[in-house]
Amino acid sequence: MRDELYNELVKSENLVYKKTSLMTDNVLSYCPGCGHGTAHRIIMEVIDEMDMQQDTIGIAPVGCSVLAYEFMNIDMQQAAHGRAPALATGIKRLWPDKLVFTYQGDGDLAAIGTAETIHACNRGENILIVFINNGIYGMTGGQMAPTTLPGMKTSTSPFGRNTALMGNPLKITELVAQLPGVHSVSRQAVHTPAAVRKAKKAIKKAFEYQKENTAGATFVEIVSSCNSGWKLPPAKANEWMMGEEPYVPVLSTGAIR
Amino acid sequence: MGELKLMKGNEAIAEAAIRAGVDAYFGYPITPQSEVIEYLASQKPEERTGMVLLQAESEVASINMVYGAAGSGKKVMTTSSSPGISLMQEGFSYIAGAELPCVVANVVRGGPGLGTIQPSQADYFQAVKGGGHGDYHLIVLAPSSVQEMADFVPLAFDLAFKYRNPVMILSDGMIGQMMEKVELFDPVPRWTDEEIKEKCPWATTGKTSDRERNIITSLDLDPSRQEKHNHKLQEKYRKISEEEIRFEKIECDDAEYIFVAYGSSSRIAQKALQLGRAKGHKIGLLRLITLFPFPYKELNDMAPNLKGILSVELSAGQLIEDIKLAVEGQVKAEHYGRMGGIIHSPAEILEAMEKNIIGGKK
Repeated sequence: MRDELYNELVKSENLVYKKTSLMTDNVLSYCPGCGHGTAHRIIMEVIDEMDMQQDTIGIAPVGCSVLAYEFMNIDMQQAAHGRAPALATGIKRLWPDKLVFTYQGDGDLAAIGTAETIHACNRGENILIVFINNGIYGMTGGQMAPTTLPGMKTSTSPFGRNTALMGNPLKITELVAQLPGVHSVSRQAVHTPAAVRKAKKAIKKAFEYQKENTAGATFVEIVSSCNSGWKLPPAKANEWMMGEEPYVPVLSTGAIR
Repeated sequence: MGELKLMKGNEAIAEAAIRAGVDAYFGYPITPQSEVIEYLASQKPEERTGMVLLQAESEVASINMVYGAAGSGKKVMTTSSSPGISLMQEGFSYIAGAELPCVVANVVRGGPGLGTIQPSQADYFQAVKGGGHGDYHLIVLAPSSVQEMADFVPLAFDLAFKYRNPVMILSDGMIGQMMEKVELFDPVPRWTDEEIKEKCPWATTGKTSDRERNIITSLDLDPSRQEKHNHKLQEKYRKISEEEIRFEKIECDDAEYIFVAYGSSSRIAQKALQLGRAKGHKIGLLRLITLFPFPYKELNDMAPNLKGILSVELSAGQLIEDIKLAVEGQVKAEHYGRMGGIIHSPAEILEAMEKNIIGGKK
């Protein structure tokens, strides 16, 4: 009886989900509860669905996702901290028919790489920038990021971010949305299944735009939890991320441009 | 015979880039080398060969555009001058670590800091000893004429792709700005995408089903693997040091004293040599063409037959350290050079040779 049930279940018409072959079998280096794994997966699923594996080049940043190339089964180059949009510019200008994307965290993109981000977008480089925002430096152990919210505790703002001393969080996504070279900007999240579906749709839209056009940057921010850096269990981190207090009221999701 | 033109050194580099089939130039203006990007812009390279020309937002960005494009197997280059080259050091370290080919020219100006816009050779240490972090080397070529500014571009790319290593053309504000007759080599076509995939199987050209994904990185968190990678790099530098040393000996056969110099100082030293010979001094000139690799053995072999060496460099004395390492105390070796953008005259170089080396104690 059980064998019959099993044989019935494994029939291909009953298949509802299959790991994309564009994710390698390497064990993810991310903490349990981290959003990176989900973000990696949806990008790879989109490239798979578009049948663009042989025409995609990705850029890994410095930060937790420095090893993204271990998990994404596509040609990839690892950039110096913050320089991914410059690398992507160099590649895309010479391989205009390829899909080129960067995958960058908030420290990488919004602090040390602000100039490269702004200028690549302003030039209208036909690339996709995927911006993973968790409001903290994850890899180095939870220090204050340019995106750390006012009052938020980190290892370098242990009593909370004091904006009078430490400056204000940089809303770089809103900043990028003002630039004439940018085609589309949206803020997404990966803390619920519904949010993941929306984020994937945004990635797909951005890649489809890139494939069909010759200019215009696309920019997708994905708000992601860093439970280790936030010192919260994964479920609480997700609640906090989109709860009443910090992220959503400050950072509304959806299309910005 | 190739086309003859009267050109600035900076223009010669730019024209040579188009003719050498370079795929892209990424750069940022800085005196005394802005003519490179200006000349390229005037030539409409996108029409002549399809070459991409892009003015970046900084030297940091231009070297990282080079890093990205080099990773995808394309022939790419940038040029700058000392302060801009300092900003690029991070990129050189990554490019060397990831073993990618590219060419960069430094038209050196006086430093430190913002310094001056006049010629200098005070970036020798930075160019040949590293500059960025980690154990790596650039291959460093030192042109001494506008002709060599042109000819060293294809040579630099040959070496860059042969060894998958960044190559620096270490010039200076004098060679960059002065005009001389140049015989331009005939243009070669850019590589097609198919040729790139064949010549650079390691490049990020898009993962096809017949190969594993290509990863360009300088990162390996496992120290034993990182050490292995470092050994591999060192083995490459050793091979380069065996096979790629280039220099020119001028009137060295009967010489008792020699100047050792490169770039514009070698031109001035050659005149000082003639003045000295006219006075009866048996002076020769060892003109260095590669600065890394350095001709340690050649100098060591020459040393027993010499009475003295004067290193001539527009610096406080950087090249002299390698000369002393090479001769191992067998012969007296000293430095002479002006700094801060002042260019030494043949007469003062000869005077330094006469006073400090010929007339001086061993």
